[in-house]
Amino acid sequence: MMEPGLYHLLFISGALFFIGVFGFFTRRNLVTMLMSIELILNSVNLNFIAFNKYLWPDKMDGLFFAIFIIAIAAAEAAVAIAIIINLYRSHGSIDVESAEELKN
Amino acid sequence: MPNATYIALIPLLPLAAFILLGIFGRKHFKNSAGIIGTFLLLVSTALALYTAYGYFFDYGKVNGVYQKLIPLQYNWLQFSPGLSIDIGILLDPISVMMLVVVTFISLMVHIYSLAYMKGEERFPTYYAFLGLFTFSMLGLVVSSNIFQMYIFWELVGVSSFLLIGYYYDRPSAVAACKKAFIVTRFADLGFLIGILVLSFYSGTLDFNTLIQRLTSPESSELKTAVAASFLGVSALTWGVVLVFIGGAGKSAMLPLHIWLPDAMEGPTPVSALIHAATMVVAGVFLVARLFPVFSMSAPALEIVSYVGISSALFAAIIACTQTDIKRVLAYSTMSQIGFMMFALGVSGSGGENGLGFTASMFHLFTHAMFKALLFLGAGAVIHFIHSNEMKDMGGLRKYMPITHITFLIACLAIAGVPPFAGFFSKEEILLAAYQHNSFIYWIALITSGLTAFYMFRLYFNIFWNKEHEPQGEHHHGEGGFAMMMPLLLLAVGAAAAGFIPFGHFVSSDGAALESEFHFQFSIAPVALGLMGIFTAMWLYKTKNNKPDKIAVSLNGFYKAAYHKFYFDELYQLITKKIIFNLIGRPAAWIDKNVVDGFVNATGSTTQTISEKIKGFQSGKVQQYAIYFLAGVIALAVLFIYVWK
Amino acid sequence: MSGSTIIFFMLAAFTLISAVMAVSTRHIFRAAIFLLFTLIGVAGLYFWMQYDFIAAVQIIVYVGGITVLIIFSIFLTQQAGELLPKQKMGRQIFSALAAFCGFALIMLQVYQHSFNQTTATAIEPTVANIGNRMLGVNEGGYALPFEVVSILLLAALIGCIVIAMRSKPVTS
Repeated sequence: MMEPGLYHLLFISGALFFIGVFGFFTRRNLVTMLMSIELILNSVNLNFIAFNKYLWPDKMDGLFFAIFIIAIAAAEAAVAIAIIINLYRSHGSIDVESAEELKN
Repeated sequence: MPNATYIALIPLLPLAAFILLGIFGRKHFKNSAGIIGTFLLLVSTALALYTAYGYFFDYGKVNGVYQKLIPLQYNWLQFSPGLSIDIGILLDPISVMMLVVVTFISLMVHIYSLAYMKGEERFPTYYAFLGLFTFSMLGLVVSSNIFQMYIFWELVGVSSFLLIGYYYDRPSAVAACKKAFIVTRFADLGFLIGILVLSFYSGTLDFNTLIQRLTSPESSELKTAVAASFLGVSALTWGVVLVFIGGAGKSAMLPLHIWLPDAMEGPTPVSALIHAATMVVAGVFLVARLFPVFSMSAPALEIVSYVGISSALFAAIIACTQTDIKRVLAYSTMSQIGFMMFALGVSGSGGENGLGFTASMFHLFTHAMFKALLFLGAGAVIHFIHSNEMKDMGGLRKYMPITHITFLIACLAIAGVPPFAGFFSKEEILLAAYQHNSFIYWIALITSGLTAFYMFRLYFNIFWNKEHEPQGEHHHGEGGFAMMMPLLLLAVGAAAAGFIPFGHFVSSDGAALESEFHFQFSIAPVALGLMGIFTAMWLYKTKNNKPDKIAVSLNGFYKAAYHKFYFDELYQLITKKIIFNLIGRPAAWIDKNVVDGFVNATGSTTQTISEKIKGFQSGKVQQYAIYFLAGVIALAVLFIYVWK
Repeated sequence: MSGSTIIFFMLAAFTLISAVMAVSTRHIFRAAIFLLFTLIGVAGLYFWMQYDFIAAVQIIVYVGGITVLIIFSIFLTQQAGELLPKQKMGRQIFSALAAFCGFALIMLQVYQHSFNQTTATAIEPTVANIGNRMLGVNEGGYALPFEVVSILLLAALIGCIVIAMRSKPVTS
């Protein structure tokens, strides 16, 4: 079997990304949708790190992007959970279907 | 040098009156609107007189020639380095003269209206419109740029429309204002095309540059303009003739005159201001302004003179048969403007040849005086009688002595009886015509005899003829001081304006023109004029059946003249039968079925589609995300594999 | 097959299987635990690539922070032992299809593309290097984004408090 390298990591990150996308589409619970988003973000991070390691080891920009994405993801998760809790309080449910008052 | 601020204030003060009264008039100045408008115009008139004094006696003349001064110029729209639309003030003898005429007549009308329009529901609006009109007219006469003139030209048209339609609850007034606007607007199309032609060949819109480029014989612009031809006529001639069409529309020349008699539906002071003294001479002014260019094209000048003389004669004949006193005056105006036009047409440029030019401007000046006086006098009569018809009048001389005397002075002036103003100016016109074209001279002579006749027919019918029978109690007399003062002032003007040595001030090339007085020459016109007066006296001084007999003996001709030679019917025929049926109706059909159909189809298609896609807007976040991803994938596939 | 390769494949398998379980299980608590495993797997991949610092950050922020946050929110909003509602079958199939198509498309592109590796000498991603760059104000320094992210985090903090704050009951 060949030596694991960039392509393998890209495969993993791609798979992770679309697993996240699938989860985002099929889950109805807002918390699990948030989990899917975390998966997507992780796959992106993995991509950045892999590119940094295999293509431009003389630079660290990919790494920094990953760090900033992690920071932003943390903020995003916190805000999302605040919204979810608020929604639960007002609707008594965090099913995404219960939040479709945009309709009509 | 002139003070640009003062000169700029002359048109801006009436504009201020318009804005002030137009916006706040009906609430805050219900009763004081007239005073405010009159006061602002009084200041404006004083400034105009001051400017005229300065121009004619102080700074205007350099080496015996009046200069064209531009005290103020503001570059408004720059198209290219050579071509721009400027807003500026051009001072030369004719514009200064027009400043005085317009402000003075407008002031008289303002004062007169204080009494005449008193108690009207829309009194402030009336004064606002008067302000707008005065502003536009003043802006027109001082324009330094042909496009600026066009802008004010249209503004004049709009304000005239507003004033004619002042009594908007009368269907006839509404029809009249629409007619005036459409006819003049139609003529203005010619003006616009003319502007484009002239500016295309001269490469400028500025009056001074345009005249200089199109008149100096060695300029390349003139050569191209003369060389380029369309339908066998040079571009220069086309340009000036098209400009003249615009002027003819505003000045009610044949065959675009049909709006002027109907325009008498407006309030009488308005008729005095717009349809006698100022707006209708805008066409004459336009031709005079571009006169050096006109004089480069002999065919154009001929058109001007023949249109002028035929309008003069035609209108004079119609005026002899009309019974509405304002209409008589309207046709008389048209006839006098015809005089001014053909005087320009027979004139040459420069020196002794320019007599016609001076005469035309002189007549414009004196005509403004006596015609405004006639209209205001007629207004006083109408105010007294509450009717426009001659048959309701008669024997008013005892009841309205001041009106009677001033009206008589004006009639004598227009009939050309010495020593009143009209005599001098008409004399000069006839002299110019005599020197240039004897055919035109003879027609003009006959017309001036007719003028005397129909004016005195009017005079005798109003003030003599049968005895006036007072019906009930007249709650007002002749009209107050506000109505009589303008009459008296204008009467002084009409009597004395002829003694102004006009040639010293206004001439085609700016140098003083010495007009000699030819005693032998004036015998014929004066004799004809007196003959006209005595004929009118014989026929109309006392009530008798002679006029009816004459009318019967001239049966067909009289009828034709009474019906204004069926011009209105002709226009009706052309517009209704031909234009409406052949162009209007098919256009309406296309509009209804094709254009509207297209619009409706677009609307209903959109509606159907939106009805269908409404389901997508479900508010379900996940659905949106799926569509989004599907779209991204589809686009990626398209970009990668299809549109490589 | 070297030990490194074996470890890589094991990590990869662990990550992907956990991820699939995380999005497919109907027990929400289990989903959170599988997410935790996935995140640890990713951190392991970082370790495998010898990016120790980022791996540590991953574990601290994701595993220690976000996952705990998620678990707390599950406790707050969910009844214990309750299964998640099932999604419609059509939606599931369509989602799987879309995800698979996207995945296939990207993989196709990735494998058709040949990446060029730079030949310059590598920088060790040590904590010292990262720290110097992170707060550097010279060419290639990240001081400004660092400050911006700090403000963002502060804003998020305040925002969370405002959103989650119980609105005062209306006094009648």
